[in-house]
Amino acid sequence: MTDIPARAAHASASSGSALLTLMKLRTFIALIAVLVFFSIAAPNFLSAANLILMAKHVALNAFLAMGMTFVIITGGIDLSVGSIVGLCGMVAGYLVLNGIDLQIGYTIYFNVVEIALITLAVGILIGAVNGLLITRLNVAPFIATLGVLYVARGLALLSSDGRTFPNLVGKPELGTTGFGFLGAGRLVGLPVSIWILIVVALGAAYLARYTPLGRHIFAVGGNERAARISGVRVNMVKMFVYMFSGFCAAIVGLIISSELMASHPATGESFELNAIAAAVLGGTSMSGGRGTIGGTIVGAFVIGILSDGLVMMGVSSFWQMVIKGLVIIVAVVVDQAQRRLQQRVTLMQMAKAG
Amino acid sequence: MNTVLSQDVILKLEDVSKVSAGTVAVKQANFEVRKGAVNVLVGENGAGKSTLMKIIAGVEQPTAGRILLDGNEVSFSSSGDAVNRGIGMVFQELNLFGNMTVAENIFATREITNRFGKIDRKEQERRAGEFLDRLEAGTRPDMLVEDLRIGQQQLVEIAKAVSLDARILIMDEPTSALSASEVEILFKVIADLKARGVAIVYISHRLEELIRIGDYITVLRDGRITGQEEMRHVDTQWIVRQMIGSDAKDFAKADDHVPGEEIFRAEDICLPRATGGLAVDHVSLSLRAGEILGIYGLMGAGRSELFDCIMGRHGHASGKIFIDGKHIRERDTTRRIRRGLALIPEDRQREGLVSILSVASNLTLASLSRFVRLFHIRGGDERQAVTEMVRELSIKVADPAQEVSSLSGGNQQKVVIGKALLTGPKVLLMDEPSRGIDVGAKADVFRTMRKLSRDGLGILFATSDLDEVMALSDRIAVMSNGKLTGMFDRAEATEAAIVAASALGHGPALARLAPEHGEQR
Repeated sequence: MTDIPARAAHASASSGSALLTLMKLRTFIALIAVLVFFSIAAPNFLSAANLILMAKHVALNAFLAMGMTFVIITGGIDLSVGSIVGLCGMVAGYLVLNGIDLQIGYTIYFNVVEIALITLAVGILIGAVNGLLITRLNVAPFIATLGVLYVARGLALLSSDGRTFPNLVGKPELGTTGFGFLGAGRLVGLPVSIWILIVVALGAAYLARYTPLGRHIFAVGGNERAARISGVRVNMVKMFVYMFSGFCAAIVGLIISSELMASHPATGESFELNAIAAAVLGGTSMSGGRGTIGGTIVGAFVIGILSDGLVMMGVSSFWQMVIKGLVIIVAVVVDQAQRRLQQRVTLMQMAKAG
Repeated sequence: MNTVLSQDVILKLEDVSKVSAGTVAVKQANFEVRKGAVNVLVGENGAGKSTLMKIIAGVEQPTAGRILLDGNEVSFSSSGDAVNRGIGMVFQELNLFGNMTVAENIFATREITNRFGKIDRKEQERRAGEFLDRLEAGTRPDMLVEDLRIGQQQLVEIAKAVSLDARILIMDEPTSALSASEVEILFKVIADLKARGVAIVYISHRLEELIRIGDYITVLRDGRITGQEEMRHVDTQWIVRQMIGSDAKDFAKADDHVPGEEIFRAEDICLPRATGGLAVDHVSLSLRAGEILGIYGLMGAGRSELFDCIMGRHGHASGKIFIDGKHIRERDTTRRIRRGLALIPEDRQREGLVSILSVASNLTLASLSRFVRLFHIRGGDERQAVTEMVRELSIKVADPAQEVSSLSGGNQQKVVIGKALLTGPKVLLMDEPSRGIDVGAKADVFRTMRKLSRDGLGILFATSDLDEVMALSDRIAVMSNGKLTGMFDRAEATEAAIVAASALGHGPALARLAPEHGEQR
């Protein structure tokens, strides 16, 4: 009598762990599924030109999602990234066109590298403002970054009075040419923006796995009090993740301006939501402590390929939104189911171990 | 045992046991509750009092045994069940909604509504007012609970239980936050309830209270009931004896190493309480290398707060600390750990572990800089340190990559200890290191403490277990109400003297009792 339930428990434990493995790979499975589906349903989907174009689209969201992933792992949220994209694009565009007027009859023009560095610095600075609000003034991350969202967007609009900075070709005599390289240039057959994505992603993944800072990011999200008592500088960790998120947003701002050779102050609106979606789809837990850079990148690809593929199939953009929403919801539901299953399997393994 | 008429017994527990998270919290308890009387329950922290009461109140279900109410067997699947049968409970940790008014709290889940289902706020407040007046709580029913002093909140909690019109009313440490005059009023209310035939179960650490209002006393130790008597037949000596017992636990033997030079000194540590007063009140102590200094005290005596101050967790604490005679000016935890301090916190789940990380990541969390070259964690070095620590502390884990939450309580505690040891501390602060872990793990922890002291670490450990403090310490400090009220060498320490010192400042009655205690021993 006692034998039967025990054996049943054993059987369900092993089938449980098989199911668990499947669930853990769900984002990857979803990626393969959308790839297979669209390569059948949409003509030209698998052509090299289309794949590269899609990768460029996905890259933009992937940058933001990586920054977002670290923020979410610490238990926070960064709603300001879309606005930082817009503001940083405007900064870059302004510097290319106007330089900085010193008010004493001189105007400094920067070369493209300097402009890129200044723009990145602006993004990091806004991230630092988020971080300071959250760590020093104890503002909830949702509210702090929501406030910065509006401030940054407002500043972007103010910078040009709401107009676009067009035609960012630059002037050879001022040394401001070459801004288009980021968006249109290629190295070894791949767009520059993809190379940048690869570098930043590898860096972020390395940071998460092999550095004390990465370990501390997870510890802060898993249990902030325990982390503090263990000597983790919680405030510094939080400052870093928001600054990194700002840095990623600045990269996106640069790339978009460079691709369009123009800066528009409304660029990046609602990008933060796509970034959160990619992170969550990639297995990042909104309650903190869990998430991977690799998962987030895959998540960004699933979302990006889904929307590009649906466009190619001619599905209306309204339906696209519905489908995207459903995918996100399903992802989270599966995530919860996985947690429960995981706990049950662990309990069974413990019971078996005695 | 005694000659009480059995018809007085309203509730009876027969051979009730409770196993939770691998430890036995209550072992085959037989407990009788008599109506029209105050049934007192005492025992040290962790003896199982609260668990036993939660079983009666339906909050937890017994693993084995029967509950008889009025002679009929009952089982409560929830606290609502128990309330319906006339059992109310005042919880030790206040179960109140801070964002609601006093009246709303008292009538939570039993809202008074009119015909249309709308809450009748006026009527609720009127009735709540009556209960509050009986307790002379000095609060208005329309005040928000979070705006009340903690003592007043406790009165609200009591009013809530009284309003249930329960036949059995359980009070778990109802006076822990009350002032002397509030306690008097509560006792009047209890006498009133008693006269109306209500059975009261009263739990407290304050012996003088128990002797004053108790009719029957039951003593719990390590989940077992060790004594049951009518109160008029017992004295404090009897209670203390039953609480402490004489059966030895497995404490590792002391060796005869002689402590070295002073390694740590705290001077004049003060920590203001949010509600006024001092949680740590001008505490100074010193510790020698290789010495184990036990800090004994009841709940709320300020032991954990003292440790927090030493670790630099409270920016507004004052006082100085010295390691190896050098003044530690760093005020933050990170740098104090670097100077050789490490804390093993009392609450493993909330402060000790990051439960979703692996055993290995938890172990090295505080000492990552040891394994880092430039900014790269050298995996090999880290793994080696983890393996060594797992072996040294005999942590039972198949694979250190396992999540730490899958371990048993004892092994989790060892992980917390291992994490502290990997930082290479000179002074180890251990807050209730044996709480909530099984006997085998306890013995391991004690053995580790001995070994560390032999290696020259200074160990400060806080406990509310008398056996532990007596068996492990080279010296014993006693805290009460934030103050250091006693410092004994092991040779001269007696249990009675320690208990007496731990009750100092807990109201005048016990303070008078205290010296008499010491003499009788």
